Amino acid sequence: MRRFNLGYFIKEGFSSIFSHGLMSFAAVCMIVACLIIMGSFSLLAVNVDGMLSQLEEENEFLAFIDEGYTDEQIRTLMEQVRQMDNVGDVTYITREQAKADYLKGHETEGLYVNLPDEVLRDRLSIHVIDLERFQETVDAVCDLPGVANHRAAGEVAEGFVAVRNAVTALAYVLIGILAAVSLFIISNTTRLAAFARREEIAIMKMCGATDGFVRWPFIVEGLILGIMGALVAFFFQWAVYAGVSKALVDGGAAGLFSLIDFQMMWKRVLGVFVLSGSAIGALGSSFAIRKFLQV
Amino acid sequence: MIRLIDVHKEYDNGTKALKGINLRIEDGEFVFLVGPSGSGKSTIIKLLTAEITASQGRVIVNGYNLNNIRRWQIPHMRRTLGIIFQDFRLIEKKTVQGNLEFAMRTVGASGREMRKRIPYVLDLVGLEDKADVFPNEMSGGEQQRVAIARALVNNPKMIIADEPTGNLDPRRSLEIMTLLERINAMGTTMLVVTHERDLVNRFSKRVVAIKDGEMIRDGQGGYYRA
Repeated sequence: MRRFNLGYFIKEGFSSIFSHGLMSFAAVCMIVACLIIMGSFSLLAVNVDGMLSQLEEENEFLAFIDEGYTDEQIRTLMEQVRQMDNVGDVTYITREQAKADYLKGHETEGLYVNLPDEVLRDRLSIHVIDLERFQETVDAVCDLPGVANHRAAGEVAEGFVAVRNAVTALAYVLIGILAAVSLFIISNTTRLAAFARREEIAIMKMCGATDGFVRWPFIVEGLILGIMGALVAFFFQWAVYAGVSKALVDGGAAGLFSLIDFQMMWKRVLGVFVLSGSAIGALGSSFAIRKFLQV
Repeated sequence: MIRLIDVHKEYDNGTKALKGINLRIEDGEFVFLVGPSGSGKSTIIKLLTAEITASQGRVIVNGYNLNNIRRWQIPHMRRTLGIIFQDFRLIEKKTVQGNLEFAMRTVGASGREMRKRIPYVLDLVGLEDKADVFPNEMSGGEQQRVAIARALVNNPKMIIADEPTGNLDPRRSLEIMTLLERINAMGTTMLVVTHERDLVNRFSKRVVAIKDGEMIRDGQGGYYRA
């Protein structure tokens, strides 16, 4: 692109937008809708992922050791568990320690005061790295000789994983559909603009204009529409997110679901929106103009 | 320079528009291409501007072999041509100056080049005081002059005029043809497609006549009957 053509392309792009304002408005609205829905699902996925990460940090299960195991055997068993895939941290808890921990929550209940140490077993507290492979890891540990039993609350973890996967899959499907619809709308807007200027395009081509020279103003138009849509969508998204956060706090659900602060991710959201809007705009225009270049 | 060697053109619907045309136009020549409607004149122009390709034979325009020209080369080939249409094809929302700037910008000319070239071309076609006028404020003859100026503004080797006087009265037609003759005298090759006998007969130029897709005459001057 020649330097002195850039201004011309931008001027032509803007003038084209205003020459069919209603269609341009419809295109911007479509991009806004697409990006907001895409953004909402992505932010939901990010938050579920965040919660999952928190859960993963605390995620562990107990493997009870066979009562006949000696200290040496327990050390070997610990080492075996530690070597296993998806195992982060392994802590050995003696039955005395386990009893002391248990009694911490039941000091006032006399029933437990005289509880003999033998009631509880020595155990390993095992921290899992990837929550999605929680059950697989539990099963693998239980298969080891020396592990008599286990206690694991895998249902919550599995529930979170299922929600995250569902949200992510839904987000991908919706993003795909909305991106296609936006491309179609942008494409039609550009086609309308190109049709209105078909005579000019024919003259340009007869004067020796390259395809690129004819195409660029339309791509610039698509880019401008895309960026405008992205900016509007960004501020809408911000307002919606802030509204939902406030509603959660006001509704007393903040303890259960604490959303990630938007301030922490606005740059990333803005970047993704502008990139997506620009890509939709530029691609839509490129598809639409092809037919008019056949002169 | 134009060379058509045994050129045939058959359209997809089976119409045989050209049947073995051989034509050679040297640099600096002035040639009338004449013939009745449907004789194949427009097909020859479309071949020369690379809008269509020949079914058979060779087409060479200003050093470009159009039989195997690549798509990216077509704009460069067209820059060696200036095209004038019967219906002028000016952009109504742009002034005369704007129309010429549009044509120059198309080939990547800079502002400085435009400021230098446009007044010269407007002066050449006698419209030096009409730069800021819109086409719909001008007469048909003036609009055709603007179209000629636009064809000239990128300094082409050759001008192809497709019925340039078709929409004009006899007096304006004569003025336009005289202007084209003057431009030719300055070195630009001129191919004028027309079916106006009186004009052709008035100028003693080479006349190539085609009928039903075949060349029936190629000669210098002389009386031509459609």
